[in-house]
Amino acid sequence: MARKFLVLGEVRDGSLRNVSFEAIGAAKLAADGGEIVGVLVGDSVQNFGDELIQYGADRVIAVENDQLKQYTSDGYAQSLLAVIEQEKPEGIFFGHTALGKDLAPKLAGKLESGLISDVTSIEEEGGNIVFTRPIYSGKAFEKKIVTAGVIFATIRPNNIEPLAKDESRSGDVSTLSVDIKDLRTIIKDVVRKASEGVDLSEAKVIIAGGRGVKSEDGFEPLKELAQVLGGAVGASRGACDADYCDYSLQIGQTGKVVTPDLYIACGISGAIQHLAGMSNSKVIVAINKDPEANIFNVADYGIVGDLFEVVPLLTEEFKKLKVNA
Amino acid sequence: MNIYVLLKRTFDTEEKITLSNGKINEDGAEFIINPYDEYAVEEAIQVRDAQGGEVTVISVGTEEAEKQLRTALAMGADKAVLINIEDDIENGDQFTTAKIIGEYLKDKNADLIIAGNVAIDGGSGQVGPRVAEILGIPYITTITKLDIENGNVSVIRDVEGDSETIEASLPLLVTAQQGLNEPRYPSLPGIMKAKKKPLEELELDDLDLEEDDVEAKTKTIEIYLPAKKEAGKVLDGEISAQVTELVQLLRSEAKVI
Ligand SMILES: Cc1cc2nc3c(=O)[nH]c(=O)nc-3n(C[C@H](O)[C@H](O)[C@H](O)COP(=O)(O)OP(=O)(O)OC[C@H]3O[C@@H](n4cnc5c(N)ncnc54)[C@H](O)[C@@H]3O)c2cc1C
Ligand SMILES: Cc1cc2nc3c(=O)[nH]c(=O)nc-3n(C[C@H](O)[C@H](O)[C@H](O)COP(=O)(O)OP(=O)(O)OC[C@H]3O[C@@H](n4cnc5c(N)ncnc54)[C@H](O)[C@@H]3O)c2cc1C
Repeated sequence: MARKFLVLGEVRDGSLRNVSFEAIGAAKLAADGGEIVGVLVGDSVQNFGDELIQYGADRVIAVENDQLKQYTSDGYAQSLLAVIEQEKPEGIFFGHTALGKDLAPKLAGKLESGLISDVTSIEEEGGNIVFTRPIYSGKAFEKKIVTAGVIFATIRPNNIEPLAKDESRSGDVSTLSVDIKDLRTIIKDVVRKASEGVDLSEAKVIIAGGRGVKSEDGFEPLKELAQVLGGAVGASRGACDADYCDYSLQIGQTGKVVTPDLYIACGISGAIQHLAGMSNSKVIVAINKDPEANIFNVADYGIVGDLFEVVPLLTEEFKKLKVNA
Repeated sequence: MNIYVLLKRTFDTEEKITLSNGKINEDGAEFIINPYDEYAVEEAIQVRDAQGGEVTVISVGTEEAEKQLRTALAMGADKAVLINIEDDIENGDQFTTAKIIGEYLKDKNADLIIAGNVAIDGGSGQVGPRVAEILGIPYITTITKLDIENGNVSVIRDVEGDSETIEASLPLLVTAQQGLNEPRYPSLPGIMKAKKKPLEELELDDLDLEEDDVEAKTKTIEIYLPAKKEAGKVLDGEISAQVTELVQLLRSEAKVI
C-alpha cells in the first residue's frame, strides 16, 4: 500500500546532515512506492531542496521565516504542523539527533500519535511497518509498530543505508508561509565546541580515548591515528570528566550514540553507559592494559597492552598500507 | 514554588538481561531510580531550598515503585504520588504514561516540572516533552544548568556537546542531563523521616480516566537479545607482531579498512 511520508531535512553548520538522507532511505522502505516529501525549516533553507531530491525525495517543501534561524521546539512545531496539515502524510521521519529527540515527541503528543524513537532498522511485514530499536542500554532490541495516528519515527544515524545520490533527479521545491508566533523559549547564546573534522555521530571510523589516555596530550597519538584513517576522535565520560578533552567528544548514553564501521577503544574500561553509545559499531577493537576490562567482552579484536605503545605502532602500520596501496 | 519531579523505576541495565516468554526477565533483577531522574530529584530539592516551596515526586507504575519514591523522599522531596496502573493497563507506551501524568498535573498549577532526559530501559526520551505538550507549557530538554530568578529561568542546554543558553519563564518543564548536579545520598535521618512523609496512591479511576483514554499508540511485537557475539579475538605475542596481525585482520577478515 503506497503511503506518503515526510522527512525533515536537518541543516547543521551550513549543510544537510547525513542522517536526513538515511531518513529518506528509511521512508522509502516504509512508503512502499508512495511519495516522499522532504521538509526544510529555517531562515534560508530552500537551496538545500535539490540535494534532498537527489537523495530520493520526490519534492520538497521549505518553511522559511526569520524566527526560524535557530531551532526552537515552538517554531519548528508550528512549521511542521502546518506542513502536516497541508500534506496529510501517513508518517514523518526525523534523525535521532538532539533536534529530532526534542521535537518529535511534541508533535506526536499534539497529534496523539505513536512515535518510535531511535530506530535502527525498518521492514515491511504483512502491511505493517515494523521498526527495530535498541532497549535496555543496547542489551536488547524490540520490534514495534505504530497503531494509531500519524506514524512518527526518529532514525539513529549510521544504521539505515541512504540511497545513492542521483544528480539527474529533479523535483519541485516549494515554500509554505507559516506565521511563527509566541516562541516561549529564547536562545541567548550558543557555545560551539571545536568539532574539527568529521561529525562524530556520522563518522565511519572512530578512535576513542578513555581515562587511560591520562592527559590532554595523551590524545595526540589517537588524533594521528584518526587522521591516517580519515576518522574522528571520541572519548569516554572518564576522559571528559578528567578534562583530557571536551564533552562534545563524549560517546555513550549521555553523549553521542555512534555506529561506525570501525571503533577503536583506547584505555576505556567499557562501562554500560559507554557501551550504550557504541556497542552497535560494526567492528570494535579494544586496546587496554587490563585483560579483565569489560570492553574486551564486546570487542571483536583486542590487544592487551599499553596504548601509548600500541597506538603509534598502529598508525605506522596503517601508513605503510596507504603507501603500498 | 510548586515543583514536580517525574520519576521512573527502572531495571538496572548494569545487570545481565535475559528473556523469559518473550519478555525481559525481571525475576531477581535490581531496580533503581532512573539515573537521570536522580538528577531531577536533586535539582528540585536545590531549587526548593533556594526559593521555598514544595517538591512532589510522581511515578506511574506498580506498587513496587514505592521503594524508589521513598528513596526520593529520603533524599529530601516532600511528597510522593504513585499512580498505580497495575490492574488497569496491560500494554502502555509513552503516550499512555504521558497522558496519565498530564491528567494528574493538569489542575496542580505546577511552576516547574523536572523529568529525566531519557529512561535507561525504554530509552525513548519522549515522556517529558509529551507531558509539557499535554499541559500546554514550554519545555527544554537535556539541561546541565538551571537558574531561576523572579520567575525568569535561564538554563544551559547540552546539544550534542554544544551549549545553548536559553531563557524562558515559568511554568516550565525541563529534562535533566548528566552534569546538572551530583545527586545526594539519602541520609539516615532522611530515611527515617521519609517513612512518615505522605505517599498518595491513585488509580486511573481517581483521575477520571478510562482505559480507552490512555490506550497505547504503538505496540511491541517482539523483544529479542542481540545474536551472541562470538568471543572476540584477543591477540598475543610481541606487541609489534600483534599490531601487524590486527591490521591484517581488519583488512582481510573484518574488511573495514
Ligand atoms: C547516568 C550516567 C551516565 C553516564 N554516561 C556516560 C556516557 O555517556 N559515556 C561514558 O563513557 N560514560 C558514561 N558514564 C560513566 C561510566 O559509568 C564510566 O564511569 C566511564 O565510562 C569510565 O570511563 P573510562 O572507561 O575512560 O575510565 P575507567 O573506567 O577509569 O577506565 C580506564 C581504563 O583505561 C585502562 N588503561 C589505563 N592506562 C592504560 C594504558 N596506558 N594503556 C591501555 N589502557 C589503559 C584501564 O585498564 C581502564 O580499563 C555515565 C555514568 C552515569 C552514572
Ligand atoms: C501499564 C504499562 C504497561 C507497559 N507495557 C509495555 C509494553 O508492553 N511494552 C513496552 O515496551 N513498554 C511497556 N511499558 C513501558 C512504557 O512504554 C515506557 O517504559 C514508559 O512509558 C516510559 O517510556 P521510556 O521508558 O521510553 O521513558 P522516557 O520517555 O525515556 O523517559 C524520560 C523521562 O520521563 C519520565 N518518566 C518516564 N516514565 C515514567 C513513569 N512511568 N513515571 C513517571 N515518570 C516517568 C522520567 O522522568 C524519565 O526520565 C508499559 C508501561 C506501563 C505504564
